[in-house]
Amino acid sequence: MGKPSPPKFDIVAARRRCLAYRRRILDISQQVTALHVAPAFSCLEMVDLIYHGLIRRDPSRGNPGFLDGFVMSKGHGCLSQYVILEDLGVLTKTDLERYCTPAGQLGAHPDYGVPGIEASTGSLGHGMGIATGMAYADKIRGDDRRTFLLLSDGEFQEGSTWEAMMMAANLNLDNLIAFMDLNDFGGLARMSEGHPAFYPVLEKIRPFGWEAIEVNGHDAAAVLQAVVSRRGKRPFMVVGKTVKGRGVSFMEHFNIWHYRSPSKEEYEKAMAELAEVCS
Amino acid sequence: MRNTFAQTFYEAAKLDQRLAVVVADISPAGSMQKFRDEFPDRFVNTGVAEQVMIGMCAGMALRGLRPFAYTIATFTLFRPFEFVRDDLCYQNVPVTIVGIGGGVTYSTLGGTHHAMEDVAVAAAIPNMTVIAPCDPAETRAATLWCAGQTRGPVYLRLGKAGEPDFTSKAPEPWEFGKLRYLKRGRDVCILTYGPIMKVAVGLADLFEKAGKTVSVVSVHTLKPLDRDGIAEALNTHRQVVVIEELVPRGSLAGQVKEIAWDRHAQCRLDGFTLHDHFIHNYGSHNDLLAAHGLDLASISAKLGLA
Repeated sequence: MGKPSPPKFDIVAARRRCLAYRRRILDISQQVTALHVAPAFSCLEMVDLIYHGLIRRDPSRGNPGFLDGFVMSKGHGCLSQYVILEDLGVLTKTDLERYCTPAGQLGAHPDYGVPGIEASTGSLGHGMGIATGMAYADKIRGDDRRTFLLLSDGEFQEGSTWEAMMMAANLNLDNLIAFMDLNDFGGLARMSEGHPAFYPVLEKIRPFGWEAIEVNGHDAAAVLQAVVSRRGKRPFMVVGKTVKGRGVSFMEHFNIWHYRSPSKEEYEKAMAELAEVCS
Repeated sequence: MRNTFAQTFYEAAKLDQRLAVVVADISPAGSMQKFRDEFPDRFVNTGVAEQVMIGMCAGMALRGLRPFAYTIATFTLFRPFEFVRDDLCYQNVPVTIVGIGGGVTYSTLGGTHHAMEDVAVAAAIPNMTVIAPCDPAETRAATLWCAGQTRGPVYLRLGKAGEPDFTSKAPEPWEFGKLRYLKRGRDVCILTYGPIMKVAVGLADLFEKAGKTVSVVSVHTLKPLDRDGIAEALNTHRQVVVIEELVPRGSLAGQVKEIAWDRHAQCRLDGFTLHDHFIHNYGSHNDLLAAHGLDLASISAKLGLA
């Protein structure tokens, strides 16, 4: 096919990027009263890896020129996607400055038609089915594109996710690679308290016909290693154990940050923490 | 209708490799097996799993295919409703969802299998197109239109099997978005869609026996509705009768009354729909229509023709 290889992934550069992305997200948080900071922080390393280490890109085919697909099934994590698409030149600085405003095109959930956004999500439990259809279409058309998919752990409470997982396995979709953001928090309660039967997670995923592995979802090198060393005969899932609100001490494990934007004081405190990590 | 759909889809799909069908544990009879044998990759059965049927269709359409989802009307539309709304309509992708057994066609299967409100529900969603052919020939024309269209999602409401021909002698062809006169008269105009055309044709006979000339119209495209065509029908006949196998809320009858008000129509106007309640009756399709007051005897009595 002559497609370029996935980009070389530099772990030190990735750490630096994710720090900058967290700061950028906090900047945006000062413009609107409600946004999903914590859910974006929990999946950030995995989304960064998908865009910077896995998706092949060919600028000669226009912008964005992605040769692999990505569906952000946990739509409320899309700030992580927006800041990366801005960094990649797919979205503009102005796009992000106009986040959730009448003049802008970016809302709190990804919308199909916006540059770089391949599916409208936000309602949970839809991404697995859409991505299964995409991967199947690529398969029968002989396109070597891979479809990457990021889901929240809460989406595994939706029956539709399991319906689609069974189909993806039935259809042997080895071109479908999913990432579960296992941050253990729903909107109301911890997953481990409300749905203790979900654990251990791998024992639920694998019998559905998936190859799966559990790693630290903030350890991009480990996630990448899991992806490249997969057997690849079936759909593959990385269960990434993550921390909701990761990177800012007072946001970690506090579910209020699912929705809340930080005050000016909180913003400065968070930025100081992130600067410290940087040095 | 089912067999005609399968045969027509097979013919279209032989010519267009983008056409695929995703079914949920039910398959159109006849030629669908031929399609499945010849093009196994383009036939997917999700089993009893309608959400992934719709979700997969969306994903396939986003990758350039033209999928059809196919199962019983209640399960193609109601069960995965929010997937139809978000994945198909909100993203506005060209996917046709085929609902077999619209209305009370499945007359022995009980209320769980009656799609009494399907057209109203489907038409309420922005971007959705709704088509309900009345016989096999219209099913063929509608299926070909769906196979070639790119405007967005379509709900194609079909009956079951064994519907008679009503349109092969029609003076005008099937045209998307336009009323289709199966015959033209000056006194009475009967507007209808779907297999209940059989009652409309019977009613036309009764009017003619009473000395009236009658237009019989297939309103096969329910959305976008041919409002100008309906206004013209209202203004060129003394009496207009709407007959449909749908609940009153969101019905064609209600929309025709709205158009009549807006366009200052002067004709007599009567609408006959399913009742706004579930029934627990079993029997033939005609028995079920009768239980809803949609049989020829009930309608003609109400119109003073008995």
